[in-house]
Amino acid sequence: MTRDEITAGLAEILEEVAGVNPDDVAEGKSFTDDLDVDSLSMVEVVVAAEEKFGVKIPDNEVQNLKTVGDAVSYIAAQS
Amino acid sequence: MARTDVVVTGLGATTPLGGDVASTWDAMLAGRSGVSALTQEWAGQLPVRIAAQLAVEPSEVLDRVRLRRLDRSEAIALIAAQQAWADAGLADSGLDPERLAVSVGSGIGGATTMLAQDDILEASGPRRVSPHTVPMLMPNGPAAWVGLELGAKAGVHSVASACATGAEAIALGLDIIRAGRADVVVAGGTEAVIHPLPIAGFASMRAMSTRNDEPEKASRPWDKGRDGFVLGEGAGVVVLESAAHAAARGARVYARLAGAGITSDAYDIVQPHAEGEGAIRAIQKALADADVAKMDVMHVNAHATSTPVGDMLEIGALRKAVGDHPVLSATKSMTGHLLGAAGALESIATILAIRDGVVPPTINLDDPDDGLTLDVAAHKPRHMEIPVALNNAFGFGGHNVALVFTRA
Repeated sequence: MTRDEITAGLAEILEEVAGVNPDDVAEGKSFTDDLDVDSLSMVEVVVAAEEKFGVKIPDNEVQNLKTVGDAVSYIAAQS
Repeated sequence: MARTDVVVTGLGATTPLGGDVASTWDAMLAGRSGVSALTQEWAGQLPVRIAAQLAVEPSEVLDRVRLRRLDRSEAIALIAAQQAWADAGLADSGLDPERLAVSVGSGIGGATTMLAQDDILEASGPRRVSPHTVPMLMPNGPAAWVGLELGAKAGVHSVASACATGAEAIALGLDIIRAGRADVVVAGGTEAVIHPLPIAGFASMRAMSTRNDEPEKASRPWDKGRDGFVLGEGAGVVVLESAAHAAARGARVYARLAGAGITSDAYDIVQPHAEGEGAIRAIQKALADADVAKMDVMHVNAHATSTPVGDMLEIGALRKAVGDHPVLSATKSMTGHLLGAAGALESIATILAIRDGVVPPTINLDDPDDGLTLDVAAHKPRHMEIPVALNNAFGFGGHNVALVFTRA
């Protein structure tokens, strides 16, 4: 799966969970500062991403996923 | 020292009769029933297959993402509070957030969230349980969301007294303003538990009507054919304000909340006291608190849920505490029983009865109980001057609340 494909998949999840406009989702965007995803919604994003991409994202990793690009890199390395 | 006068300056509701106060009130005056058959698949197994469901779904008002994190009882409390807030004209009034409080309760709380998330837990495991579960099911959730929405910083309170909740929340609002802890209190009740478990529980108590073939005729307070209450869902919210604060900003005033009386039976966990002793004391306390003579009470919006025992006990209590002169209404004949929201919605009906000079009808009162010796506006509304009116609300647990509203 390419980085763009993972980004597009995350955009779908972010729209469903937090109402984020998919056009706003890009690797450089911060989940909290740019996309306004709060901590509870981030939990939902992580669980949905695990299912969508068939990966495990442990809770102690989640704090390192500041930007969409961080998440894409983590998912790409796991899958 | 003169006591602080408290007035009602805003109303909001979403009910089985309408998505707002105006449509609900119109439907009440037209004598419409909000009760219908439950067509959900789960209803088939239940002894009770009727309920008074919301006329307007929350999804028509709030956006999808917002609703993901709101229990249905929270969503409708928020909708009713937004309406009341706008109605009161407080949005851009410059009200100090530290002078704004919230008092919104629920009888049962986020039960449907708890049950739905338990289904997910059983089916898919703990990791799939929503992180929004706790704020969705906590009993203070509706009040907290309203406080968050309106920026209330003088305290957010959530009364829980079963079917007296909505009225007690309003009584608490009165206390808060009188005590000087806030100038404005957004107060009311909310309930949304149309789900097989609560229905099965109430049905097992034999408290609910099983008139499944005639939903619109099932809620029939004081009628000989009554056989239990009909579960309803909805929310009602009023804006209470110190009269001085309302006057200073030139607010439109619906009515005055003149007094409240709260008692407890200490008798039985679900049965009302056999002589209505607690109800009588609540009404007497409310009248004394309001400094109103019982002869002046022209209208009572009764608790009257359509149960065989409770309806007539209330009649006895009213005769003793008020007399034989007031004109009664049981609006639950149309709305069903909104449990924790009932006292709030019925306060709104009481307030509008005063404003418009009309007692809303009690439908389905075709064959009045022999013990019904008081005057009820049966089938049709009754136009009359109503300077003073009373609203009763009683709840499992032995809670009795009476509120006195007077013309502003």
